[in-house]
Amino acid sequence: MTPRALTRKLLRDLWRLRGQAMAIAMVIAGGVATWIIFHSTIDSLVITQSSFYRESRFAEVFATLKRAPKRLEERIAQLPGVAVVETRTVALANLEVEGFDDPIRGLMVSIPDEGESKLNRLFVRSGRLPEPRAPDEVVVSEPFAEAHGFRPGARLGAIINGRYRMLTIVGIGLSAEYVYQIGPGDLFPDYKRYAILWMREEPLSAAQGTQDAFNDVALTVEPGVQKEEVIVRLDDLLRPYGGTGAIGREDQTSHQYLDQEIQGLRSSAAVVPVIFLAVAAFLINVVIARTVDQQRDQVAVLKAFGYTNRAIGIHYAGLVLLIVAVGSVPGILAGAWAGSGLAELYRMFFRFPYLHYVLAPEVVLTAIGITAAAALAGALRAVAKASRLPPAEAMRPEPPMVYRASLVERAGLQRWLDQPTRMVVRHLERRPGKALLSVLGIAMAGAILMVGNFQEDAIDFMLDVQFGLAQRQDLTVTFVEPTAREAAFELASIPGVLRAEPFRSVPVELRAGHRTHRTAIQGFMNHGDLYRTLDLRLRPVEFPPEGILLTDYLGEQLGVGPGDWVTVAVQEGAQPVREVQVSGLVSEYIGLSAYMQIDALNRLMQEGPVISGAFLAVDPAQLGRIFEDLRERPRVIGTSRRDVAIKSLERTMSESVLVFAFVNTLLAGSIAFGVVYNAARITLSETSRELASLRVLGFTRGEVAYILIGELTVLTLAAIPVGFAIGYGFCALVAHAFASELFRIPLVVEASTYGFAALIVLAASLFSALLMARKLYHLDLVAVLKTRE
Amino acid sequence: MAEREAVFRTQGLTKIYRVGEVAIHALRGVDVTFYSGEFVVLLGASGGGKSTLLNILGGLDTATDGRVFYGSQELTHASDAELTDYRRHFVGFVFQFYNLIPSLTARENVAIVTEIARDPMTPEEALRMVGLEHRMDHFPAQLSGGEQQRVAIARAIAKRPAVLLCDEPTGALDSKTGVVVLEALARVNEELGTTTVVITHNAAIAAMADRVIHLSDGQITGVETKPRRVPPSELSW
Repeated sequence: MTPRALTRKLLRDLWRLRGQAMAIAMVIAGGVATWIIFHSTIDSLVITQSSFYRESRFAEVFATLKRAPKRLEERIAQLPGVAVVETRTVALANLEVEGFDDPIRGLMVSIPDEGESKLNRLFVRSGRLPEPRAPDEVVVSEPFAEAHGFRPGARLGAIINGRYRMLTIVGIGLSAEYVYQIGPGDLFPDYKRYAILWMREEPLSAAQGTQDAFNDVALTVEPGVQKEEVIVRLDDLLRPYGGTGAIGREDQTSHQYLDQEIQGLRSSAAVVPVIFLAVAAFLINVVIARTVDQQRDQVAVLKAFGYTNRAIGIHYAGLVLLIVAVGSVPGILAGAWAGSGLAELYRMFFRFPYLHYVLAPEVVLTAIGITAAAALAGALRAVAKASRLPPAEAMRPEPPMVYRASLVERAGLQRWLDQPTRMVVRHLERRPGKALLSVLGIAMAGAILMVGNFQEDAIDFMLDVQFGLAQRQDLTVTFVEPTAREAAFELASIPGVLRAEPFRSVPVELRAGHRTHRTAIQGFMNHGDLYRTLDLRLRPVEFPPEGILLTDYLGEQLGVGPGDWVTVAVQEGAQPVREVQVSGLVSEYIGLSAYMQIDALNRLMQEGPVISGAFLAVDPAQLGRIFEDLRERPRVIGTSRRDVAIKSLERTMSESVLVFAFVNTLLAGSIAFGVVYNAARITLSETSRELASLRVLGFTRGEVAYILIGELTVLTLAAIPVGFAIGYGFCALVAHAFASELFRIPLVVEASTYGFAALIVLAASLFSALLMARKLYHLDLVAVLKTRE
Repeated sequence: MAEREAVFRTQGLTKIYRVGEVAIHALRGVDVTFYSGEFVVLLGASGGGKSTLLNILGGLDTATDGRVFYGSQELTHASDAELTDYRRHFVGFVFQFYNLIPSLTARENVAIVTEIARDPMTPEEALRMVGLEHRMDHFPAQLSGGEQQRVAIARAIAKRPAVLLCDEPTGALDSKTGVVVLEALARVNEELGTTTVVITHNAAIAAMADRVIHLSDGQITGVETKPRRVPPSELSW
């Protein structure tokens, strides 16, 4: 039974408290929105991924090999556990687009001569599949087509196996195999300079010179069969044909990136929204408790008339739940809006043909549940406190606090303090617990403001290190296959090339105990200037004559450090397996690599002094001529530009992380304001009698405002350094949560981030102070004095 | 006073409480009995322990020592739930500062009690008894002090309580307004037969009582029985 009069009181109380209630609702909205953004984005990506994978029959095992006769497909299909097999021809090509001078790398993938693929089916966005066996018709990947404005019917040139062909684009498509389209060796997708092309099998293998053969296998396994067993059998079968080791879906590049991103989102979802929601919950708890505390005389009256503690508890619970509801609605809307926006942003990296945005009810319910629980706990704590007292006592105003000369005064500073200032100091000192909670609340608001900005700082720092200290080459040139080291000198002799430094790159699997990781060992020369490897203090390292250097995070993942041994299983050529000693760790924020001195790597490979490519420093004015020259060298399979890498990285970052950081900051700002305003508002109502009495005694409005705003100022100033400390802790948590194989965020917090957090908190305080001053101006002296005491 | 049925009985009632760092002996062994239907005035200077006695009788506070009975029910060690139930069904309170809920109208302030009572009158009836039928939809802030106090009386009597406990009901009012409030109390006592205990430091009010109990420094210093109750309209101060 809920008495109607009590319900009406509830609604009117809510209206009377609307200022405070709105501020609390803002905090709730901020917490709920952050929670929803993260979780709905994760859910959406996972659901979109699985439905796209299912529809396009994404393969589960992938293998590449040198060349095997087509009839081997039959034997693969007969391997126990294999469900569906598709063999393909995959070729690398250099592409030429009219009016675009930069080199473009293309990955050409065959589709069956007739009909659709059995696995990894193309999703044709516009146009059609090539006609059966049509020689020069291709489907190109959608982002590449978008980057160049291609429509079906457009043409482009391709150099496949050293021969030039003119291709016609008949369709634009997407594939589950290339949801993330990144060129080998690139840090981020570059859709202008890297393309996936699909062509009928016969013409592609003819162009590649591998008729009636295949060099790539994709398959699915039967339900209930361990993929690993199939991989072992497949490897045995393909080894004689130059198989480099089959991989499961989890090691497939596109899937791995997508999965890593989802994992990354998951682990940051375990931190960022939790911090936001926890801060919001804490603040709501404190604010609600204080709000209800102010109604202790009403609690006493209700008790005097025989209302049970339970009925009173339910009443205030209702008030609080209404506020939670008022805050949750905009929180859900903002969260869903920003969440779907973020999920859309992800489609720029992960090329799904569609996106199923889902906002699961349990995500919403969890967010509201946590907020409501925190708010209820605060309200009920205050109600319990009010109802513990016998009503007679609760109806009396709280007994006068035991005031004493404050610490500041006892320290002999009183002659510096005028009477109002003494009031401020004593008021703060008499209830240190309350002051502490206020300080903590404002500090928390400042701390979460730092989280958003910190990501920007960290990325700036990451870019500075990556491109200022480590990768300083203008161009990276890659050869089709390992090539004599002299090739680097040839490159150096191209007019406009200022310097060339060779490198060797070998795909490997590193093993330590039961832990393994697939990566590449980069072999560099000592004292290189264009690509430097940095130690943990960001100084260039000297490569030891033997031994391997690992990225610190890779060392952690493998559980090895300097002096330990790792097993290197090479994934190309004769596929030797060697034991190598870890001679040190290097600091890198992007990727997980291993490094060796180039001669040591050549020795490990039991090969001569060969290289995989070279880093070039060039005269930017001669870039066009250099590209022309490189195009005429058949061994050069790819060229990537550093400035383009930086630009695409920055674009990537500004599109996702920074937009996201901005939303975070906005939400943090609303939380900050909600808290500061509430702290001020409660102080005003707690002291309004006192302040009115002072006005009656002849104090001016300014003097009275000084007391109120003085207190707020002291609290805010005390909170700022505390907020810095908590904020640094939050940033450390976020950095830790974001760490993944793809990248690690360095814990770098710029002075500007501290400044920004302090500024927003101060602005919120100033604004609150102005609102308070306005209320003070309208303080009805007589009415305040007439009320009971 | 023919039957002289005891409503309240206390034995050696003692109350000590602390305000800040000071211990106050509010009651020092009070033995007193109140009878059914009578109108009693508790007279004494402020700080004499009147409010403390009234609060303990009403189940708003508990004694430090001694015993207190409502009829045959002992309130001394009653639990919070028992006291709540007792207040809900048997006691009506009127406070010096009205203690109306500011966010509710006069009618709703009464309804808040009638909605949880067993056999209440309607809020309208209760307000009519105190002469406020024309002000029922006003909020406390729109009512004068005397009107607010009469709403408080209506709220206290609407549940038809066995006892009505009034703590300085005219303390915040001028003489003329105070008389109106006292008339309302007298009327309730006569028409409903509600045992009424009124606290005051105003000796003029004592004339309208059946009995006057003097309280000073936490002890009873005298009890006088009035041969005739003076109608409130003849009082002034």
